[in-house]
Amino acid sequence: MKTIHVYDPPMCCSTGICGPDIDPDLVSFSSMLSMFQSNGIKVERYNLGQQPMAFVENSAVKALLESDGAEALPFVFWDGELHSKGRYPTKEERPAWYAAAKEKSGTAS
Amino acid sequence: MVCGGQGKVRDGIMSLPLYQPDPATATRYLFFTGKGGVGKTSLSCATALKLVEAGRRVLLVSTDPASNLDEVLETKLTNHPAPVPGATGLDAMNINPVEAAAAYRERLIGPMRGLLPESALRSMEEQLSGSCTVEIAAFDEFSGLIGDADAAKEYDHIVFDTAPTGHTLRLMSLAKAWDQFLDQSTSGTSCLGPLAGLEKQRAIYEATVSTLADAAATTLVLVSRAQRAALTEAERTSRELRALGVSHQQLVVNGVFATKCPTDETAQAMQQRGTSALAGAADFIRSLPSFAVPLRPINILGLDGLRILLDGGAQGECAKTDADNWSPPQMESLDDIIASIEGQGSGVIMTMGKGGVGKTTVAAAIAVILARRGHAVHLSTTDPAAHLAQTLDGKVGNLTLSRIDPAAETAAYQAEVLSAQGPALDEAGRALLAEDLRSPCTEEIAVFRAFAREVGRGKDRFVVLDTAPTGHTLLLLDASEAYQREMERQARCTQPEEVLKLLERLRDPAFTHILIVTLPEATPVHEAAALQADLRRARIEPFAWVINQSLLRSESCDPLLLCREKSEHPYLSEVVEKYATRTAWLPWQAQEPVGPDALACLASTHFEPALT
Repeated sequence: MKTIHVYDPPMCCSTGICGPDIDPDLVSFSSMLSMFQSNGIKVERYNLGQQPMAFVENSAVKALLESDGAEALPFVFWDGELHSKGRYPTKEERPAWYAAAKEKSGTAS
Repeated sequence: MVCGGQGKVRDGIMSLPLYQPDPATATRYLFFTGKGGVGKTSLSCATALKLVEAGRRVLLVSTDPASNLDEVLETKLTNHPAPVPGATGLDAMNINPVEAAAAYRERLIGPMRGLLPESALRSMEEQLSGSCTVEIAAFDEFSGLIGDADAAKEYDHIVFDTAPTGHTLRLMSLAKAWDQFLDQSTSGTSCLGPLAGLEKQRAIYEATVSTLADAAATTLVLVSRAQRAALTEAERTSRELRALGVSHQQLVVNGVFATKCPTDETAQAMQQRGTSALAGAADFIRSLPSFAVPLRPINILGLDGLRILLDGGAQGECAKTDADNWSPPQMESLDDIIASIEGQGSGVIMTMGKGGVGKTTVAAAIAVILARRGHAVHLSTTDPAAHLAQTLDGKVGNLTLSRIDPAAETAAYQAEVLSAQGPALDEAGRALLAEDLRSPCTEEIAVFRAFAREVGRGKDRFVVLDTAPTGHTLLLLDASEAYQREMERQARCTQPEEVLKLLERLRDPAFTHILIVTLPEATPVHEAAALQADLRRARIEPFAWVINQSLLRSESCDPLLLCREKSEHPYLSEVVEKYATRTAWLPWQAQEPVGPDALACLASTHFEPALT
């Protein structure tokens, strides 16, 4: 299995350009995900502002929202397990994500 | 008092056929557009009424965020079609963008109540409160009526009393913008704006674009007055909409005046101003079917008023509207108002009000006076159809000029974001960001930031802002509150200081002085009163009102002008007694106040109660 689920805070686009400020980590994260996708990893993103039902239907997400609040978004799940929450990976953290993704897609193929 | 010399009466008044809508040739969609205050609402209502009286079923729609359809039809309208009492077959509705956005938000959030925790609902609400959502929600309703074959099929005609020109252009080009954006979008997760499930809307947007370009289905009626600025704007709109494919166009010149009184200076000057404006735009006027509607002696209100607009009559009406014992209220000159602001040496002065009331003229006059008194002054406009250069075509020391041009601001913002973020991104990331930056939402953000920037310049000089027509201004102000909330929520914030301080500055009476500009007529006064109430809700207190282009003291012998002068009386009293803490009065000018001398003269004109 090689699936990443991202539950984003409400925003109008995946790079956050419609917000009052652009988070460079968010832009890099979006671009990293599209690279993962082209390497055969399944990526699904849900935006609380546009697809709120996805947050309701996943019991783990709903429970996290109830315990930690919307401030704790985004939630990132790797193969159904919570991988990170509260922020997008920083420049320093991204190499580890690439490595992990490579390993995942490698073991699966 | 008249500033500047008298114009020469020229022979050969351009004669245009009278505007009479013909039910036999009327298309299904009729759009009325033009500069604020030219009479779009009156003419679209009068046209709808003609069609209804010929047995057609008509839906009249306003897409103006500050619609006055209610006042003209003398009925309360909502987001849904409702019958207009007294006109069988006529339904009308207001697409209020702010309400449309609220309904749109509720459609998304409502079903989540009880399913998601409060913090999640609140953050959804905040995200969906931005100006971009407002724009998209209004456009969504607008295109639903045109692009959906099943919508409004019980009507023979749909008449749109559109928003002021710049906004209309945005609405119309949005269909194409979204359409092209979707065509070019390469990644599935990219920016679709706040319109969830936009793909589903795509067929409707495509149909909207092709219907607008279909001459058998759509007529664009460009409404103007016999005024240079209004005709220039009509010509510009004509050209830009042609470029967007809207080719079936007509021109209606409203309020054409021919005096019956050859000895009356005011009436002659007024007629001459109109004649030379029409002569100056002769090439444009001849380039398309053009019609005239004569100036009427009354404010066009109610169904009877609308019938008079196209058919005439009721010349004797005015005699009974006014008793001769009316005495004018206390009013000041614009100079007096400026004198009590200039002491602070810096800050923001904003002119606000309905389109066409002379916000630019008043702003320019204030800027000229302050500059001539030795202050550093910057004059800037957010009006999407700026005429600033036309109004001030002379040079004044201490005075700098700029204009918020949406296209230029958007390009600059895109470049700024790409150069700030680009180096930290790989190529795929840059491509993704560049793609998202082509979304129509970007323009809203760019214009908003430019507005904040101009306000921020008032720290060390006077900044005079000629703001956009009411509705657009309200959207800007609403956006600043939405931004405030969103920014307070974010720990990391790299926004410019001027954006963070915007609302605080607008609310500070020592920093910002708002002058509400109006004509002494029903609709501009009532729209301005509504604007003042909205401002107060946002905890912003207007400093003074300015009544522009008053015919009082014009001493005309022309019966029509006398009648119009008398019809001003109740509105002069209403402004001074009900709304304003201070009121400046500006007389109607025989010549357009262009250039620093004419503007300074206008501002220093005192209202003299003793004069008769």
